[in-house]
Amino acid sequence: MGKEWSVVGVRLPMLDAGAKVKGTAQFTDDLVLPGMLHGRILRSPLPHAKILHIDTSKAEKLTGVKGVITGKDIPDRKFGIVPKAKDEYALAKQKVRYVGDAVAAVCAVDPETAEEALELIRVEYEELPAVFDPLEAMKEGAPLVHEDVPNNISISIRKEFGEGEKAFEKCDFVFEDTFYSQAVNHAPLEPHAAVAQFDPLRGEIVIWSSTQIPFFLRRNLATTLLVPESKIRVIKPKVGGGFGGKIDMFAKDFCACWFAMKLGRPVKFVYEREEVFIATRQRHPMYVTVKTGMKKDGTIHAQRFWAYADGGAYNSTAPLMITLSCYFLMVPYRVPNLIYEGHHVYTNKPVGGAMRGHGIPQARFAVERQLDKIAVRMGIDPAELRIKNSIHAGEDHPGGFIINTCGFAESVKKAAEAIGWKEKRGKLPFGRGVGMGGASFPSGVSNMSHLASGAVVQLGQDGAVTVLTGAADIGQGAETVIAQIVAEELGVPLEDIRVTAADTGITPLDPGTFGSGVTVRAGNAAKLAAISLRNKLFEFVAQKLEANSADLVAKGRKIYVKGSPDRGLTLLDAVKAYRYADLPMPIIGRGSWMAPAQEPTTLLKGDGNFAPNYSFMTQAAEVEVDTQTGKVKVVKMVTAHDCGTPINPLLVEGQLEGSIIGGMGQALYENVIVENGQVMNPSFLDYGFPTAMEMPEMEGIQVITDDPLGPFGAKESGEGTQLAPAPAIVNAIYDAIGIDFNELPVTPEHILKALRNKHGKTGSREKA
Amino acid sequence: MKHAVALSVNGDTYDVLISPNETLLDVLREKLGLMGTKKGCDLGACGACTVLVEGEAHLSCLMLAIDAVGREVVTIEGLAQGGELHPLQRAFVEKGALQCGFCTPGMILTAKAALDEEAKPTEASIKKKMAGNLCRCTGYKKIIEAVSSVAALSGKEG
Repeated sequence: MGKEWSVVGVRLPMLDAGAKVKGTAQFTDDLVLPGMLHGRILRSPLPHAKILHIDTSKAEKLTGVKGVITGKDIPDRKFGIVPKAKDEYALAKQKVRYVGDAVAAVCAVDPETAEEALELIRVEYEELPAVFDPLEAMKEGAPLVHEDVPNNISISIRKEFGEGEKAFEKCDFVFEDTFYSQAVNHAPLEPHAAVAQFDPLRGEIVIWSSTQIPFFLRRNLATTLLVPESKIRVIKPKVGGGFGGKIDMFAKDFCACWFAMKLGRPVKFVYEREEVFIATRQRHPMYVTVKTGMKKDGTIHAQRFWAYADGGAYNSTAPLMITLSCYFLMVPYRVPNLIYEGHHVYTNKPVGGAMRGHGIPQARFAVERQLDKIAVRMGIDPAELRIKNSIHAGEDHPGGFIINTCGFAESVKKAAEAIGWKEKRGKLPFGRGVGMGGASFPSGVSNMSHLASGAVVQLGQDGAVTVLTGAADIGQGAETVIAQIVAEELGVPLEDIRVTAADTGITPLDPGTFGSGVTVRAGNAAKLAAISLRNKLFEFVAQKLEANSADLVAKGRKIYVKGSPDRGLTLLDAVKAYRYADLPMPIIGRGSWMAPAQEPTTLLKGDGNFAPNYSFMTQAAEVEVDTQTGKVKVVKMVTAHDCGTPINPLLVEGQLEGSIIGGMGQALYENVIVENGQVMNPSFLDYGFPTAMEMPEMEGIQVITDDPLGPFGAKESGEGTQLAPAPAIVNAIYDAIGIDFNELPVTPEHILKALRNKHGKTGSREKA
Repeated sequence: MKHAVALSVNGDTYDVLISPNETLLDVLREKLGLMGTKKGCDLGACGACTVLVEGEAHLSCLMLAIDAVGREVVTIEGLAQGGELHPLQRAFVEKGALQCGFCTPGMILTAKAALDEEAKPTEASIKKKMAGNLCRCTGYKKIIEAVSSVAALSGKEG
């Protein structure tokens, strides 16, 4: 790119890597406060039941128990991420809606006593008929999960772009297929936890929570506890992985605060692994039917979608999820005419929420799989088909997205080359194959309340820099990326930067980590803050040097006239001179950033540009299918990813590699199995996400674009990469054994069954 | 009935009062304040609680504290000598072999035991020995690279 950067674009370890390898990084459960109590939550054993009576008397009498609460004790305030879709109580009030719904909470001197007390609580239920499948739940007469929501359809959208249904008349071929994506648990290694403390004198709550979005948590706590936001301070310690599963408020957050307020002592709640599986969130299982109209030359002309998301018992992020699912069907391919009908349907099952990709992975699985089927039926190479239909920078998007940079076509070419597409596709021996999938993702959301970031940067007398940012680092390295941006602008090495982040009592407002917006949004805020600080110094130094401040550069802890490193001052001397000139100290820069936006841009209200910019990527897989056991081995995975200009290529690689393993899990192994509302595999052993043994050869290719809105040209890299590995793998399975799978995950059982159904034709290569 | 026992952890002796059913993990975290050992599942399925007992990798959530009496336990806090990081810790930092860091202490101690057992392991052998340690962030590639780089180093020195 010809950019002369010293810190941005450099492979640098995370700022907190040292603490993490030494075991001194503090996660929520590592916090111990004097006099701290421990809480546990009683959960419903039934999928759907009225709560008739709860007897807590025995539990209350147990030695060591300090408090017991039920839904009756808490304010009648529902919570939820999307204001209009709030439907959940911290503790169930009249009825329970899934196995795992929180019914009561206990606080005691230690976790064991709290656990024992749970067993002493007697709950009288009246069991109600339950429903476990969204298609069943929508039928007339199905049990209602929420009485006020007819047909259990809590959110519906219908969108039409271009000519709608009429467009299919102009198509040469029309294809229709139905796909299903399963429930996937985020399974972060750190279980969800919260510690709360109350200052009765000032009426202030401090809560340390394993959250991705401290400011949203503060808001949900305020509205449910009936305490002003200003009296709640949310601090995010280290978070042991989120992937979307730590976006919502949970019973543990509310109950920790509640008990802390009532009992005047600090309180800790830590979920057990089983609770993480059944009572947090999961990727929505989804049925997607796709009808695609093609022109003879291989152009996609029209598409129609019917999507049914199994929301489980509550909404969580439902409106956003279904909206993302719709609008991102018009990237990375040009789809001039599109109709989308999407429904979020309640069932008596674990709750769906945001998970890496948020509604898009299910839609992408359907589209990318169908494109391959279309390619086969039309006799077009799947890679060519993708390149031909690729959207390009500057093109109109029917939903109003503004696409300033787009490396999608290039990503297809590069992924194909790296996987050996030309030599391998359709040419490998039976049992081996290659496949690919494409995708696009937003770098954050342009404009909704809270979706703006602020930053404060201060230059110390020793030349070191402190940064305040609200950005929530959950392990992806957000703090490091922000520090790199500030370091680059101020011309200092990374070691000179110290970041304080994600503390609603100290740091500026920030929406937190969701929608892959951190680098662009919080990064831009930090960049503006650093520039504002630098300008103050430059103006002063320019006078001293009798130079124009616009001609100055900051580099290598020096400020000098561009092209003349001798005409300048060290940063230390500049600060000293600034101080001795009696100019106001300390030197502080502030920045606020929100994506340029025009209302309405939430997409919930109407079309518009959803994000400041969009990442694009192609995943290509090579697989080996053991036709005796049905086992699929992923031999190699390539990710070619346009994340703009990477701020830290080492961290971007980490995102790409993690996404590959996550996508493999989604494609081949993972499934939250629910029978009659009961999760059957709520442990790592039974759930089985990929280990080091399943790790394929991986190649990450960064397709560089220079995005005008991203800081230093950056775009997102955390979620988009998770969208296409699964279809790429399933497409490769088709190439290997000539069988189309439309449901996830593709387990050995499915493969063996499908091979058997081919009536012994497994010995020869066969194409559909 | 609680028992007064002496536990040897990271070269220090701790006198603690423990119940026979307490796991080593809970005693390390709650009684000794050694929070570097993580509880990811409490069922022996994730490896986040891995510690070294007499040099061997053990899941501290599956081991009773009382069974550790008289044996030398090393946790992540005991790996770095003085201000110097252990070569494995340095490699994890430099190779970017961590993201959220929750699995990292267990990963590093499992790797330590693996390399102590086999100084120059193949990549396949490293993968096999690390397979009991789950990571949801990194995709394992950089972890295996970090461990391999230390193995190669020790090979040269040896």
